[in-house]
Amino acid sequence: MKIFRLILILFLVSCGDKETEVDTYEPIPYTLQIPELFQQKLIPPLIPINNKLTIEGVTLGEKLFFDKLLSTDNSVSCASCHNPQDAFSDNNIVSTGVNGLTGTRHSMPLFNLAWNFDEKFFWDGHEFSLEQQALEPVIQANELGNSDWEIVEERLQNTTEYPDLFQKAFKTSTITKTLIAQAIAQFERTLISGNSKFDRYSLGIETLTSEELDGLDVFMNEERGDCFHCHGNPNNPLWTDNKFHNNGLDATFTDLGLGGFTGDPNDNGKFKSPSLRNLEYTAPYMHDGRFATLEDVINHYSEGIQDSPTIDALIKKADQGGVQLPVQDKANLKAFLLTLSDPDFVNNSLFQNQ
Amino acid sequence: MKKVLALFLVITLFWSCGEDLDDNVSTQANVKFNLTHSFGNTEVTLDNFTDLDLTNANGEVLNIERIRYLISRIELVKSDGVTYRLKDYNFTDLSDSSSYNFNGDISIPSGIYTLRLVWGFNEEDNLDAAYTDLNTASWNWPAMLGGGYHFLQFDGKYNVNTTTPSSFNYHNGTAKKADGTFEQNFATIDLPTAIFVENTTSIELKFDISELFKNPNTWDLNVLDTPLMPNYDAQKMMQANVQSVFSIGEVTN
Repeated sequence: MKIFRLILILFLVSCGDKETEVDTYEPIPYTLQIPELFQQKLIPPLIPINNKLTIEGVTLGEKLFFDKLLSTDNSVSCASCHNPQDAFSDNNIVSTGVNGLTGTRHSMPLFNLAWNFDEKFFWDGHEFSLEQQALEPVIQANELGNSDWEIVEERLQNTTEYPDLFQKAFKTSTITKTLIAQAIAQFERTLISGNSKFDRYSLGIETLTSEELDGLDVFMNEERGDCFHCHGNPNNPLWTDNKFHNNGLDATFTDLGLGGFTGDPNDNGKFKSPSLRNLEYTAPYMHDGRFATLEDVINHYSEGIQDSPTIDALIKKADQGGVQLPVQDKANLKAFLLTLSDPDFVNNSLFQNQ
Repeated sequence: MKKVLALFLVITLFWSCGEDLDDNVSTQANVKFNLTHSFGNTEVTLDNFTDLDLTNANGEVLNIERIRYLISRIELVKSDGVTYRLKDYNFTDLSDSSSYNFNGDISIPSGIYTLRLVWGFNEEDNLDAAYTDLNTASWNWPAMLGGGYHFLQFDGKYNVNTTTPSSFNYHNGTAKKADGTFEQNFATIDLPTAIFVENTTSIELKFDISELFKNPNTWDLNVLDTPLMPNYDAQKMMQANVQSVFSIGEVTN
């Protein structure tokens, strides 16, 4: 009998020890590698105080991002429409989710998201914060297709590996949608692109061709292309303002964009300016993927502008169809835009499915 | 005799110091600023600024789409001539009401003051790429036009009461005189209104947008709509017109 008691006590002690060990495990803070140019030019990235990055959180977020288990039929993951090789966009006009169902908008590329200080995500800005954004696709019928979040929480809870990974990242093995979204958001904040040819030019360690430099002038010159008011400039290497504009795609709107979210008719036809960084990898272009090539995009701003009541006042010569760039200006502008490509980013093994 | 003189001087010095201290005994005050906007008599707010039909001095009916502007070296000048720098710069975006308010960085003695500010940045401050918050806001002025920062970005449409409305981009910054030759374009604005500062004083700084179109230059948007950034004459007309946009509104202690 005494033996049994002793065994019981030993068992309890060892259990207690194990419990204590797990409870006290502190995830290790993750230090973002901020490119030198961003440190020089931009304010520090926005990391929510209630979701600081940890090595375990980022690792878990990456695993979740690539895991098809998050979809209702184990067929797609976040990465299916946000492919690292496509700068975390995809090359479809609109994305395809479970059961071959398609959405209505083109997949947005994902990088430098922690520098979106307005924290308005999606083409129409309808979600505030990356954590909120991550909650949505999992239960959209035409994306990951789950009917509700409880099913997903339970599915992950019943795996052998996820409870332990959540325990390490968040000090609880109880898996919730909030923690899933937090982990994914942590991973997304590590997707930093800051090593393009133009970045190196800005740092003084690479030169541009005369065509590329003239293309920069087209981009910055109010009398030529005037792209920079919405798409950054050499001192704002994000190459987007993260704001919403009607860029003259249509005279009337089938997709109201920001206006569909805010309900303000002044916002109809406005969509978020995407970053021009990495656009070599993010075709097709625009919120509905209507332009297959960069030439199509440049031609749009040059001759294809459709006037409408909410067209942005920054769209020059809307009544003439656009800024009317000569052929050489178009070619040089394209040459400049391609200097914003960051092959290291799309080939970064840290961001691939491990 | 020398000792007596020295003693006299020392006593006088201490005495006068004591006197000074007595004279200057005053409580410190904190100052808050609140920017409000109007177009003539029409109040322009976060909620209505894109909905208003406004008529400028030249008679064009216009809509505001976007207004962002920069003021710097916001100083209070005391009646004795001492100047206190309350804020290095403030960047206001009409679509962000939090940018309408800012607090002085330092406490100042209670007293009577007038307000001085610089429209945009002066040459010393208008350094290309120097301010990370302004870079992040894409507030830069192109290097080909002298670099540094915008002072004002005012976008909208005019002739909105006709069938052919047009866009305008009233953007102000460094003026380009010729290729590679640039001219400063800031304005130092002294507002004569006496402001009594004590305890915590809130100063309303009023911005009348309609003044951009009328004083001293009546602005014809049909001629000067866009592009204006590389237009030297337009830039200098803007510099003249900004002198009258600000005034002191309500001051509360």
